[in-house]
Order: sequence, then C-alpha cells, then structure tokens
Amino acid sequence: MTRRLVAALLAALALGAAPAAALAAAPRASLTDIEDEVMCVVCNVPLNVAESPQADRERVLIKQLIAQGKTKQQVKQALVAQYGDAVLATPHGSGFDWAAWAIPAALIAAVLAALAIVVPRWRRREEQPQAAAAPAAPALDAADARRLDEDLARYEP
Amino acid sequence: MRRRAVPFAAILAAAALVGLLVYGVAQRSDNRTLDQAVAKGSAPVAPDRSLPVLDGSGQRTLASFRGKPVVLNFWASWCTPCRQEAPLLEKAQQRLRAHGGTVVGITYRDTTGDAQAFVRKFGLTYPSLRDVDGKLAESYGTRALPETFVIDRDGHIRAISRGVVSQRFLNSALREVGV
Repeated sequence: MTRRLVAALLAALALGAAPAAALAAAPRASLTDIEDEVMCVVCNVPLNVAESPQADRERVLIKQLIAQGKTKQQVKQALVAQYGDAVLATPHGSGFDWAAWAIPAALIAAVLAALAIVVPRWRRREEQPQAAAAPAAPALDAADARRLDEDLARYEP
Repeated sequence: MRRRAVPFAAILAAAALVGLLVYGVAQRSDNRTLDQAVAKGSAPVAPDRSLPVLDGSGQRTLASFRGKPVVLNFWASWCTPCRQEAPLLEKAQQRLRAHGGTVVGITYRDTTGDAQAFVRKFGLTYPSLRDVDGKLAESYGTRALPETFVIDRDGHIRAISRGVVSQRFLNSALREVGV
C-alpha cells in the first residue's frame, strides 16, 4: 500500500515537473531582454537606446510577437524575416562581420602564446638571483679561522 | 634570431589589423560604380536577384520584366521623402503602363505590414518586391532612401536618382528609355 502511495506521489511530481521543465527551457520573452540584442534598422543603434519612430514600430512588433506567445529566439527569427540580418545586434559571421569574432579570438590566442613564452622566462629569472644570493660559504683555513675568532673575541664585552 | 621574432610578429599583427581596418572602411564606403558608368554614357547591366513579392504572390526577378522599361525605386514606409515622391511614381506608372513598362518598388528594411499599409495609403498600383537581406540594395550602392534607377528594355541602367525623384528627372529618364 505504502509503495503504491509513493509511486503515485512520484508520478504526480513527474507530471508537475514536465511543464515546469518546458517553461524553464523556453522562458517567456520580454521586450527588455530582446531590445539590447537587436538593432533599430534605420538609426543603426541598438534598439534599447534608439529613440525614433522606426524604433517604436520595432518595439510594437516585438510586443505583438511576444503577445502571440513567441519565445525570444522565435521573436528574433521573425525580426530577421522582416528586416534581414541587419536587425541582429551581434555580428552574424558573414562578410566583414567575421572579424568581430576572429580578432578577439586571435588576440586571446596571442596573449596566451605570449604568456606561455614569457612566464617560464620570468620564473627562471626569479630563481637565478636567489641562487646567486645564497652561494655556498667558502671554507676557512685554520689561520683565517683563528684570526676570525680573535677578532670576534675583541668585540665581545 | 628569437629576439627578432617577437617584434616581427608584433609588426605583422599591427599591419594585419590596419589592413583589416582599411578593408572594412572600403567595404562600408559608398559604392558609386553604377553612377560612374552611367555618367560616362555606358549603360551598366542592372543587378538582379530573386525577391519575394510584397503582396505574397511568390518570387520575382528584374529579368522577368525584361523587354519592358522599368523604373526601379528603393523605398520604405518609414522613409519620409518616400511619401513625397510616391504620387510622382504612381503618375510615372500610368505613363509607363501605356508603353508596356512598369515601376518596380523594392522595400528596404521594412516589415510586410507597414509596407503594405504604405501601398494602400498612396494607392500604388505598381508591384513591389521585398529586399529582406538588403543584398539587392547593396549591389545598387543603396544606403539611403529613396533611390531610383531607370532601366531600359534590355536590362541596362540609363539614369540614376539618389534622393527624392523629381518630375524633371522622370521626364528626361523616361524619354531616354523610349517612354
């Protein structure tokens, strides 16, 4: 009996969790979330900072699409279908836009390569002075040792 | 040898960045190849692409108008000067129709709904195509609206107006294509 009850509870939980998971996978789109990822196609600035009649028309269109229950990705796709790739704020990887992705990647690779060369050198340099600062003390011969003892004894109170 | 490699690589990288910058600026600068060709008196071939028709009746190319004089007009519903010239273009359409020609509108960065509302508002009877990705506009060097290209029956550009079209320009350009 208890087993059946537990199984029924687990089944109910699973059923409840499924729509929640679906909602988590496709969160409801919002104008503020989309605005900074698309452009005002006439003013050529991101929509969230654009103030023009065309920007307002784009906002109205986005609100309409959201009201239709479209996800953020679907809204963006619908905008591209109307205005072309130019409506996307992020470069889309064709033509000269590839540079926007390639240059930062190349710079990161160059910095990593430079660090890989420079860091071992720095380490070697840091190790060398330490080794030089602590050379093995040369052994004193008997005469020098006696003289040192005499000198030290003279300074002792 | 190793000591020289690092400054050499840095100079190479800087040169590559400058080259990229020059390339980017050149790509984004105005393309006036067609204007220069028309000004010299040679009639360049009108660039063409297959585009969706604004009213949703499939795709069309400029080639499908071959044999007719065409006034190609880039416009958008958000473009204020386009409203000013719309009546002139509709008048030109009446004249062209009598000679078997047509005005062809190309919408630029505009939604279907807004563009259709513009067509209704100004009673435009000529067809319009949607240049969604802007590639046709790019091939005509179009970056600002409105712009108009007058194309002869063989598909060659005979006159260009970058800005609001005037009746004077239309009269002269249409005469040139036998209208």
